[in-house]
Amino acid sequence: MRRELVIVGGGPAGMAAALAARAAGVRDVLLLERDSCLGGILNQCIHPGFGLHYFKQELTGPEYAGRFADLVRQDPGIEVSLNSFVSKLDGSLELSYLRPGALVDVKAGAVILATGCRERTREMITIPGMRPAGVFPAGLAQKMVNIEGWLPGTEAVIAGSGDIGLIMARRLTLEGVKVKAVVEIKPEPSGLARNVAQCLDDFGIPLYLRHRISFIHGADRVSKVTVSRVAENGSDEPGSSFDIACDTVLVSVGLIPENELLEMAGGAVDRRNNTPVSAGVNLTSVPGLFACGNAFKVYDLADSVTADSALAGRLAAEYLGASPSPEEPV
Amino acid sequence: MIYDAAVIGAGVTGAAVARELSARGAKVLLIEKEAEPAFGVSKSNSGIVHAGTQNPPASLKGRLCVEGNRLIREKLSDELALDFRQCGQLIVAFEDSEVPALERIKADGEALGVPGLRLVDRAWLDANEPNLNPAVKAALLAPTAGMISPYRFVHALVESALLHGAELKTGRRVTAIKRAGDAFELTAGGDTFRARYVVNAAGLYADEVSSLAGAPSFKISPRKGEEYLLDRKREHIANHIIFPLPSASSKGILMIKTSDGNPMIGPTAHETADKEDLSTTAAGLEEVLSGARRLVPSVSAGDIIAYFAGLRPACGKDFVIRREAAAPGFVNAAGIQSPGLTAAPAVAMMVAELLKSEGLELDNIDDGAVRRLSPAPRLQTSTPQEIRRLIEQDPAYGDIVCRCETVSAAEIRAAVKRGAATLDGVKFRTRAQAGRCHGGFCTARIMKIMQEELGLPAAALTKRGPGSEIVKGERL
Ligand SMILES: Cc1cc2nc3c(=O)[nH]c(=O)nc-3n(C[C@H](O)[C@H](O)[C@H](O)COP(=O)(O)OP(=O)(O)OC[C@H]3O[C@@H](n4cnc5c(N)ncnc54)[C@H](O)[C@@H]3O)c2cc1C
Repeated sequence: MRRELVIVGGGPAGMAAALAARAAGVRDVLLLERDSCLGGILNQCIHPGFGLHYFKQELTGPEYAGRFADLVRQDPGIEVSLNSFVSKLDGSLELSYLRPGALVDVKAGAVILATGCRERTREMITIPGMRPAGVFPAGLAQKMVNIEGWLPGTEAVIAGSGDIGLIMARRLTLEGVKVKAVVEIKPEPSGLARNVAQCLDDFGIPLYLRHRISFIHGADRVSKVTVSRVAENGSDEPGSSFDIACDTVLVSVGLIPENELLEMAGGAVDRRNNTPVSAGVNLTSVPGLFACGNAFKVYDLADSVTADSALAGRLAAEYLGASPSPEEPV
Repeated sequence: MIYDAAVIGAGVTGAAVARELSARGAKVLLIEKEAEPAFGVSKSNSGIVHAGTQNPPASLKGRLCVEGNRLIREKLSDELALDFRQCGQLIVAFEDSEVPALERIKADGEALGVPGLRLVDRAWLDANEPNLNPAVKAALLAPTAGMISPYRFVHALVESALLHGAELKTGRRVTAIKRAGDAFELTAGGDTFRARYVVNAAGLYADEVSSLAGAPSFKISPRKGEEYLLDRKREHIANHIIFPLPSASSKGILMIKTSDGNPMIGPTAHETADKEDLSTTAAGLEEVLSGARRLVPSVSAGDIIAYFAGLRPACGKDFVIRREAAAPGFVNAAGIQSPGLTAAPAVAMMVAELLKSEGLELDNIDDGAVRRLSPAPRLQTSTPQEIRRLIEQDPAYGDIVCRCETVSAAEIRAAVKRGAATLDGVKFRTRAQAGRCHGGFCTARIMKIMQEELGLPAAALTKRGPGSEIVKGERL
């Protein structure tokens, strides 16, 4: 099957790119999303704080995503395929995707990767200790609480002060979980200042800067963590360690752009932060292949993702030689 | 019901014994304290099917390793549809003065019957192992070595035993063994089982189990090994399993290939007093990284995506496989340290002979009568044509749950149907949650599938059995 433009990922980046490509004259857009609905990670971000820049209005994540999803669904030139996982992409823009009941091969005129991020894990920062149940990437805990209605634990310590970790400190507290500490190895918090104020300070949750979890204890389920103060040279300060009893550890130590498809297509990826090696915003080293949103670089705000990703749609349109026709309403 | 034989411990040793005995006509009970088979030492090891080198020529473990290697390569890979990959191993020398040591290992290996050993020079290494440290001068190549997924090996042995009529009871720790007439009576998790013969394959706890039977004849001293898995992107960092020259106490830090494609580095070897101490340490990581970099300098800490520690159930320097005069009818298969994974099929045959000499009647095995296992289909290793065929049979093969390792909902369901009762069990069988996101994206979906299949609330699902519940509560 031949398609003009294939966009991989139906979060805010993919949706903004799809709408902008249409506005710039692309007639046929296939938007592939592996989840069962559009919106990406915003679906589990039920807190407010989205849209302040783009809509001059404070929205929750699902509300913000919903506005774009409505526009996408109303556009007859965009075909959305949900539960669709791209398993292969090559440098000539031939790709395959799996969905329930089918393996589909597509030859695309242009491809935009809007695949977002994954979380850095406990494994990547190699926290020593046991490997009990109760250690969660913060985003997984968020999904469990906000989407599934599951409570991950009763007493938690959060490793890392990334925004998801801060938001989850508040969210868990509201659900009755005792959040005993947020532990950050750097001298300053890595999340937004407003999240430190609204999610930690307002709830009296202690933030330990220049500290790290140096050991996770517990045979079956987490029983406690050892926390140590980190010296200038990066090693633990002798005698600084103390234990915090808890049954849950959330790990919020950063995001990694998902660029495995770009690599599969032979595109250059900077190994330090897993972003595309690029000559300009949203460009990759493969002709006709673009990347936008958190797959291109890790953004602080969904609003900026929307704004920047529209460019990817326009770049793809330009690459395809499309031009906006006046009678196409968008 | 009186079983012919009860096998205590469903690790690779017990599973291989259960298969051997049941395939030869015995009515076997396989009894395991953990929630699933392969949750002991057999899940956390290097997964190497050793060629048999680096063992003293007169050792029992050396002889059984060479025989186990042959059985896995020539018979079991096929009969059990194993994912064995015969990639070969290299033992490398950094100095010309170390070459005689390689020659000694070669001679010892040949005395044990290791086939195909040969020394290779720098030119051969340049052509076949391009990322190897340029300082390496020569190496000993053992072509029969390979990789296997240790837990899938155990699952296959257990499934095969079940096909031959064995019974598996999990979640039951044997706490008492006594003689009652012409049978043993085993107490385990509130139940009592009777069997004419008992095989102790209890791994780290084999000394305690032997004592229960009235034969307190040895002590198991755990020796910890930490291992670090690298991203699959580094798959081609090495083509063989690479060893340094062995020290007196261990084979050293290795560059390992896993059967799943991820390279692995490790293991350390340190005595520990605690049989539950599976912690990894900052010092262990240091030791493994520097050891691995000595072999392949481009290994970096940033490649690490997972890690674990395992405990070798050591008892002196060799395996302890014997009858016990103090407990007639009771056979120990203990002290099964490395290369116990490799040796297991040969250990099982030896145990069968010991039981026979104690009076257990066993058929002679007729290869034609062995029931073959059909492997569980896996998208990751299937061709597009095969994937299309699978999707035609079941549309859920197109429904991807684990994106990092491309595992479908159909595979997760099949794993649960074949016995996975925990999240680790699903991971070991399917690789879902074993990729670079470590379950960040798929854990919730897997739990929902397990809930449907097992009819359990989310709060009842565990990582690896009671006490390791994943979530603490559910909003109704
Ligand atoms: C770090 C490391 C790396 C290794 N690498 C390799 C390798 O590359 N190649 C190789 O060939 N070998 C290797 N080995 C060795 C290999 O893993 C072991 O020899 C082998 O797994 C031992 O299997 P087992 O069945 O005897 O023990 P286990 O797998 O521990 O099985 C014993 C079982 O008995 C159960 N049990 C204990 N007590 C009771 C009770 N009272 N009632 C009921 N059940 C009980 C336990 O729960 C357990 O499941 C390695 C080992 C380690 C630690």
